[in-house]
Amino acid sequence: MKAQKTVSRFKATLLALTLSALLSGCATSGNPKDPIEGFNRAMFAFNEGLDTVLIKPVAQGYDAVLPTPVRTGVTNFFGNIADLFIGINNLLQGKPDQALSDLGRVAINSTIGILGLFDVASEAGLEKHEEDFGQTFGRWGVGDGAYVVIPLFGPRTVRDTVGLVLDVKADPVGGIDHVATRNSLAALRLIDTRADLLPADKVIEEAAIDKYAYVRDGYLQRRRNLIHDGNPPREADY
Amino acid sequence: MKLLLGLLAACLFSAAAMASEQAPDVLVKNVTTEVLDTVRQDKDIQNGNSKKTLDLVETKILPHFNFQRMTQLAMGREGRKATPEQLKVLTDEFRTLLVRTYSKALTEYRDQEISFKPLKWAATDTDVKVRTEVKQSGGKPITLDYYLEKSAAGWKVYDVEVAGASLVTNYRSSFSQEIQKNGVEGLIRSLQAKNKTGAAASPAK
Repeated sequence: MKAQKTVSRFKATLLALTLSALLSGCATSGNPKDPIEGFNRAMFAFNEGLDTVLIKPVAQGYDAVLPTPVRTGVTNFFGNIADLFIGINNLLQGKPDQALSDLGRVAINSTIGILGLFDVASEAGLEKHEEDFGQTFGRWGVGDGAYVVIPLFGPRTVRDTVGLVLDVKADPVGGIDHVATRNSLAALRLIDTRADLLPADKVIEEAAIDKYAYVRDGYLQRRRNLIHDGNPPREADY
Repeated sequence: MKLLLGLLAACLFSAAAMASEQAPDVLVKNVTTEVLDTVRQDKDIQNGNSKKTLDLVETKILPHFNFQRMTQLAMGREGRKATPEQLKVLTDEFRTLLVRTYSKALTEYRDQEISFKPLKWAATDTDVKVRTEVKQSGGKPITLDYYLEKSAAGWKVYDVEVAGASLVTNYRSSFSQEIQKNGVEGLIRSLQAKNKTGAAASPAK
């Protein structure tokens, strides 16, 4: 009951934030890829705040306490679940060879790799890929749409947001009926992912003049690269 | 016999000439290996000694970078608004920023294995992309690609891409917005301010 109250209060806060951001005017500085910059900056600040007070400290503790092999095991475990969906997305993108390799990874890692705790497949030469529904839509020719910063999930484009909804729907962890198990696993995955990103934080702080713009442009570049599987056409120099 | 000696001398000479100008992929591999070996053996760098790291970057990596080209790439079309003097100041400031970023990344380095992808190139090429990968436990390897161009002084890096995001053009949209809002001088001021806070936040130990 208490938890529910917290959740609804959280939702109310989110709604208020969203409204105030929208009302404060979509202060745009004219970046065509970022038409709702005012809203996005507010959401970015919200996510940063949440990260600073909650997620990052937990991730730092997690990183400090767990020995590296255990950390790797956790990352591998969730990576193995993800591989199944990477395979499906590769199939949807018309890349049956890669899809077969992904499913082979799941088969090997789930068995010899003991429920995915060890990434034996990589050592055997089956390389891990990175695909999601957003990329699949991109492959199908759906344009990016505007850049959006989503509460909790962070940077997306409109297309990737639709992809994210499908990613979440298809996520086996989200499909677990036992609520406590589902929530614990989801929280563990979030913290583990965040812990993996800790080194990148410091580099971004050092590099960025405007962190919001730096993260936005980095995200857009990275997605473009992923959709082209690492070989995007080089943009005009100027 | 004389002919043979002559040929031998010619061969030796051209071999020497080639050694002085390393192939781009060999250059990337040698510099990376040397720098990472140093980091691995140096506890001070691993513990975040910024002075030592900056020195390493300054002496081993920087000579192979073309910062003027990098600055022009980062500024994009707006770069035309800058005078040669402004460009010089911008290049210096941007160089400082990139060096500090690079140094920070090095102090975060922990024994990850780097693999070097074979490069297909012809001797006539003047612009190549050398691909490398950083292996990380439990995840997909992160690509780290270097763009190099041939100059009179050998091959020079003019762009670095981490996981497909260019460290140079990532600044382009914010640089051009700053120039449109506050002019080239505004961009210079914001870079100088950034470099000052960075210097204060990470004092040389």
